[in-house]
Amino acid sequence: MVAETAPSVVTAAATRAAPAIRALAWLARRAEAVAIPLGAVLVGLALFGLFLLTLGKSPAALVDLVWRGGFGSAFAWQNSLQRAAPLLFAGLCVALPARLGLVVIGGEGAIVLGGLAAAVVAPPLSGLPAPLVVAAMALAALLAGAAWIGAVGALKAYRGVDATIASLLMSSIAIALANHLIEGPLRDPASLNKPSTLPVGEANMLGAMPGIGVHWGLSAGLLACLAAWLLVERTTLGFSARIAGGNVRAAQIQGLPVRRLIVGFTALGGACAALAGFFEVVAVQGNANATLAAGYGFTGILVAFLARHNPLAIPPVALALGGLEASSGLIQRRMQLPDATILVLEGLLFLCLLIGETAYGRFKIFSPHLWASRKASAT
Amino acid sequence: MSQDLGLWTVPLAVIGGAIRVSTPFLFVSLGETITERAGRINLGLEGTLVFGAMAAYATAVLTGSAWTGVAAAGLAGAGFGLVHGVICSLPRVNDVAVGIALMLFGLGLAFFLGKPFIQPSAPPLPAIPFGFWSDLPQVQAALRVNVLFLVGAALSVVLWWAFRHTRAGLVVRAVGDSAEAARAMGYSVTRVRVLATMAGGVLAGIGGAYLSLYYPGSWNEGISSGQGLMAVALVIFARWNPLACFGAALLFGGAGALGPALQSVGVSSGYYLFYAAPYVLTLALLVATSSPDRALAGAPGELGLSR
Repeated sequence: MVAETAPSVVTAAATRAAPAIRALAWLARRAEAVAIPLGAVLVGLALFGLFLLTLGKSPAALVDLVWRGGFGSAFAWQNSLQRAAPLLFAGLCVALPARLGLVVIGGEGAIVLGGLAAAVVAPPLSGLPAPLVVAAMALAALLAGAAWIGAVGALKAYRGVDATIASLLMSSIAIALANHLIEGPLRDPASLNKPSTLPVGEANMLGAMPGIGVHWGLSAGLLACLAAWLLVERTTLGFSARIAGGNVRAAQIQGLPVRRLIVGFTALGGACAALAGFFEVVAVQGNANATLAAGYGFTGILVAFLARHNPLAIPPVALALGGLEASSGLIQRRMQLPDATILVLEGLLFLCLLIGETAYGRFKIFSPHLWASRKASAT
Repeated sequence: MSQDLGLWTVPLAVIGGAIRVSTPFLFVSLGETITERAGRINLGLEGTLVFGAMAAYATAVLTGSAWTGVAAAGLAGAGFGLVHGVICSLPRVNDVAVGIALMLFGLGLAFFLGKPFIQPSAPPLPAIPFGFWSDLPQVQAALRVNVLFLVGAALSVVLWWAFRHTRAGLVVRAVGDSAEAARAMGYSVTRVRVLATMAGGVLAGIGGAYLSLYYPGSWNEGISSGQGLMAVALVIFARWNPLACFGAALLFGGAGALGPALQSVGVSSGYYLFYAAPYVLTLALLVATSSPDRALAGAPGELGLSR
């Protein structure tokens, strides 16, 4: 949809000219991808500060509380990291299909189904050693998530169904299906006022990582982000996906398997989201219940867009948002602000960031080919 | 007269539920139809709907007039539509993503500003008892029809007619089918799209007013069960045709009412499955009618999801 500004011939000439300029040009192009989102976030924060001022609340006090509630103590860090872990997976569920130009917003459904699948396979395997059971649970979650979001990709690839709408519908269906199963056929009769599936068993629960008191989902999420980055940036598959995301026709003419790429990347994204549900069950809840649909899938959309769909940028963004949400309770108590304050801020940041998209390529300092043309015109 | 209607309670409750539940669907989907016919997709109407519900309730509490509340909701919706329309007019900005952002922002702002209004009660919107001829309380309850439902029904006919026979309707369709052609005819594509998005916002806001001022008739954070998002799917289901939107809204509302109705006669399992039925239906329809080689029949040519 968007025409890429092709690097002109001048750039090539200029970058051949001097290694110093070439390094500077490389730096400038990288800097744009950091500076513009950062600028947008600052504008968003400033607007939010104005919003607080008009309500007679102090923005400085809010910053202080976010800092203390999110990152001020060991407990705050633990809380923030615990919330960041599922956001890593949920962000990948949006970022991976985005490489192919698809906006997939159904991560919430994959999280719920992944958690449910993990919880369902555990009780029948209760006699087996714990590592085997946990592995089976992870596998079930991965398959469920990959099938669900992969189906969205298949619908797009083979039937031309819009991925955004399809993923939204599939997510709603998944949540309804999970609710039905948790409150109906799969309900543990012992769970009276909070309908849940049968417990996966204390022995099959994953404890916290030693030292930091955060569950293993965090390190798994970081690994997944690294792996996704390697896949997208360092493999032929990732390169093919980016070509197909830029121009489907061109990719097809090149003989790239566009349809299989779409199915593969959406399935991978779904598998990632499902892992968030898996860890929620195996490390936090101990069974599948309605709290699986806690909204991580929707915050994940924000994470991916803030990270500009770059898997390596997802961890810092997820940590920032995790910290922001961790501080919500403190903000509520100390400043008498409703819990929706964080939602307002998130929405505002998201909007500013999207408006920022229009600024790419408009600043001369980030566009080496414009420097060169100025030099050329000067001589 | 016996109070026990047996299994007849179910169709009666579904009809009544369809009428009661469908109104927000109807307004949001008509609004989204206008926006999409102009070539933009606004996924943020869920936020507009909830903010409209809050604005209507708060205004009705403060002024004591339900209709002032409806006006406030429409105005707030226009504001959200304006923001969406203007941001999407900037080059390289993705309208789907802006919609998601505005949904978050609208929900957040509604919950934030609406916090003090959860307790007080607002005057409700009036309803007309069309069931006066019957002695059965169930029939009377089912046929109590809110004025806004009738307005929405009339509006779907008016819009259907206007898209075909008025200058404004033709301009909106021209902009949505081919921006190039509309530009060549001398119309400002940006202005038409911003106005169409604003009109969509007004209707979504009014849909929200129905939620808080009639059914369920109170303001709280769980007031919408995703009607704003479902309505986007509903528009595709209705093929961008306002008349079909009316039928689809009734269908979606009826499907939503089927679960509770069955529960009242003792069928308690499958509640959530009935709730999901409209989604499955829409998805099935999308799959059946889409094709990788051509656009959806009836879809505006400039719409992102048909390309």
